[in-house]
Amino acid sequence: MPEYTLNVNNKDYKIDVDAQMPLLWAIRDFVGLKGTKFGCGIAQCGACTVHLEGTPIRSCSFPVAAAAGKKITTIEGISENIDHAVQKAWIEMQVPQCGYCQSGQIMSAVALLKNKPHPTDADIDAAMQGNLCRCGTYQRIRSAIHRAAELV
Amino acid sequence: MEQVLSKINRRHFLKVSGITGAGFIIGLSLKGKNVVKAGEIAPYGLTPFVMIEKDGTITIFNPKPEMGQGTFQSIPSLIAEELEVPLTGVIIRQTGGEKIFGGGQSAGGSSSVRGSYFELRKVGASAKEMLVQAAANQWKVPVEECYADDAKVFHKPSGKSIGYGDLAEAASKLDVPKDPKLKDPKDFKLLGKNTPRPDIPLKSSGRAVFGIDVEVPGMVYASVAHSPVFGAKLVSYDDAAAKKVKGVIGVEKCQRKFGPYTYDAIAVIGENYWAALQGRKALTIKWDNQGNDTFNSKDYTQYLHDLSKQEGAIDKEEGDFDKAYSEAPVKVDAFYETPVVSHSPIEPMNCVASWTDGDKLEIWASTQVPGGIMGEFTKKYNIPEENLTIHTMFSGGAFGRRLYTDFVGEAVQLSKAIGKPVKVLWTREDDTEQGPFRPMTFSALKAGLSADGKALAFQHKVISPTIRYSKNYDKTKTDGTMTEGISEQKYEFPNMKNLYVNADFHVPVAAWRAVTSTTLAFAHESFIDEMAVKANKDPMEFRLGLLTKDSDTKTVLQKLKEVSNWDKPLPAGWGRGVAQYEFFAGLAGYVIEVSKKGNGVNIEKAYAVIDLGTVVNPDMTKAQVEGAAVMALTAAIKSGITFENGQTVQKNFNTNQLVRINEMPKVEVHILANGGPRIKGVGEPGLPPFAPALCNAIYAATGKRIRKLPFDIHNV
Repeated sequence: MPEYTLNVNNKDYKIDVDAQMPLLWAIRDFVGLKGTKFGCGIAQCGACTVHLEGTPIRSCSFPVAAAAGKKITTIEGISENIDHAVQKAWIEMQVPQCGYCQSGQIMSAVALLKNKPHPTDADIDAAMQGNLCRCGTYQRIRSAIHRAAELV
Repeated sequence: MEQVLSKINRRHFLKVSGITGAGFIIGLSLKGKNVVKAGEIAPYGLTPFVMIEKDGTITIFNPKPEMGQGTFQSIPSLIAEELEVPLTGVIIRQTGGEKIFGGGQSAGGSSSVRGSYFELRKVGASAKEMLVQAAANQWKVPVEECYADDAKVFHKPSGKSIGYGDLAEAASKLDVPKDPKLKDPKDFKLLGKNTPRPDIPLKSSGRAVFGIDVEVPGMVYASVAHSPVFGAKLVSYDDAAAKKVKGVIGVEKCQRKFGPYTYDAIAVIGENYWAALQGRKALTIKWDNQGNDTFNSKDYTQYLHDLSKQEGAIDKEEGDFDKAYSEAPVKVDAFYETPVVSHSPIEPMNCVASWTDGDKLEIWASTQVPGGIMGEFTKKYNIPEENLTIHTMFSGGAFGRRLYTDFVGEAVQLSKAIGKPVKVLWTREDDTEQGPFRPMTFSALKAGLSADGKALAFQHKVISPTIRYSKNYDKTKTDGTMTEGISEQKYEFPNMKNLYVNADFHVPVAAWRAVTSTTLAFAHESFIDEMAVKANKDPMEFRLGLLTKDSDTKTVLQKLKEVSNWDKPLPAGWGRGVAQYEFFAGLAGYVIEVSKKGNGVNIEKAYAVIDLGTVVNPDMTKAQVEGAAVMALTAAIKSGITFENGQTVQKNFNTNQLVRINEMPKVEVHILANGGPRIKGVGEPGLPPFAPALCNAIYAATGKRIRKLPFDIHNV
């Protein structure tokens, strides 16, 4: 099997895996970062969202070979002390319930705010539609993104 | 399993996690409803809900699994409030079904807080009184001059203080107070307040540890193939190609046991999950479908319609329905249908199991029932309880699905077969295809009205399979589960006869958040609306007219009327609808406003009122109702689960769709907490009345009566 170098959260990891292995499993089971979650495997739920060169991607459906050598950011990489503006807003608005989808939600929200520092509700709908939350925290996600826009 | 936020907490955890007793000083338990001392750790036979160590470390044990509903905050806060410690200063550990923590180590039925409210407060209050007494003894001052705050005892006249850790040893030697004094609610610092959830920073940073995240040394991974057709038997399989996949280390047969069913399954074991999954896809399996591959939703729907002609078993009878109905000058009849739906927590089913020394078992699982796992697997493998260690992980959603242990059983079998720790991880397709599901219920409703619109006779007949699996199921009686709530509504009908017709169903079914009330409320409360229309009365006034006596239901409706400005005219093209439902878990209601949009409607606003009696965390309650509204909306307007060729048509979220953020209506939640003897549940009651309030609003806006879920909200 080929060896790949994955740059995750500014750190290089050499891993020896099948080229078609989705980036998600490389991150979880080989790099060892468990914050990125598995939900559907077909890019429908967004629980696996990470950033590739700053752009959100669904890592469950992204071959590891295509991510090698690129800058990958996971939930663990957005702050050391849970103090990114989005995380602060998430805590302030008490967004998570079960919390399982929230890594993906936060990664989508971070990318949205980078592109649109003051998103409208329509912007939020467009950017966050790919992230399912079965607990139904959507109303709070919306409020927290508006709040994070103030905190940035 | 503990969930730790900081390194300091981690260090403390490691010290107590062995439960070797070294650091243990005081532990308080419940024996029946009395608080008692747990004794030293090693020999204790009682429940140490709280532990205080010499170094001041305080551990609160939480017997209620956290699945999003907030027990990681609400349950510990009951103890912390009375103990006078901040929640941020304690370690919270989930219990794992151990005998010493007693029964009730499960979460379901919105019962966690309402079942623990007084008992756990007494635990905290007892510990506090012992600590205060210990301080008074040490200082040789009257105990009345001392008080507790922030994990310390203070001497009021002198202002001196001493930490709980320094008092723990002396306190542990005192008798447990017989009748500890509980705090006056007006002095609460945590209860009834919007106290932040301690799990939220973990869940906002990827640090919360769910079952799927568990790794243990030497662990291998399993992906398990089941027949897509329910009721198929394994004939043969060819695993040659699977075994050639790099990283695959073996193929094992196992069984998935659910309720009365045992399903054949084949697991591919891999060094990593991806390898196991690729290997599983390379299996060639021959199933004997046993004739079940012709099963489909259309025929089954017809079967339920046919069954509806049966009289059914009586759920509740008052007066003489048949006579009153036949003599009534005005009659209303309607038939309602609801779909099968999936639980679909975003964390798929998974479990790590590890057998060691032949008879010691360790299980890590996202589960609602650590107590149930303890009972089931010690019995099945005939091992003593001390040989089974269960780690109750955070659940990535549950909604009733994790009341069941079928996936746990697979991991336990596979670890035993190969002698290694095994992580079983289902795919989303497995989850969607295999169930269990919420069954559909069909409802035949009849009412008789007087000429001036008074309700004279009412009947709700439920036709459905049951979620109650029992060996000697008696079809001539109602089992209560499938008629949940229909006979307990507070509406005053002089003549009522509610019935149940049981249907056969070979598909595994299960409790789903708010159970059968989620479907029956739709039929019941939509039909009340139909009666109001026939009586030519305002739906709110019609309901209040059926509630002459005081009741919580009446209070909820009055509150809804007030907060929604019910009497204020809406813009043209808008409509509003109301519904409420009371059932075992609690009571809530909605007023929903919709506006016409093309051929469909847009939900403008949902006003919810939930009646609790006593509220522990208002903000968390609001969050639960907001979420319940979303889950109810999904069940009302998305496809649900249908069957063709003996299997589910839907396999993943592309076809089994859930409501997304762009479809989220605005939900405004109001809480009634007027005291009273009964504490009602939070997690489920926000679900049942949503769909009928929505459909009643659609009727008000468009004149279209929706009697079948799901429906297309863009084309009503």
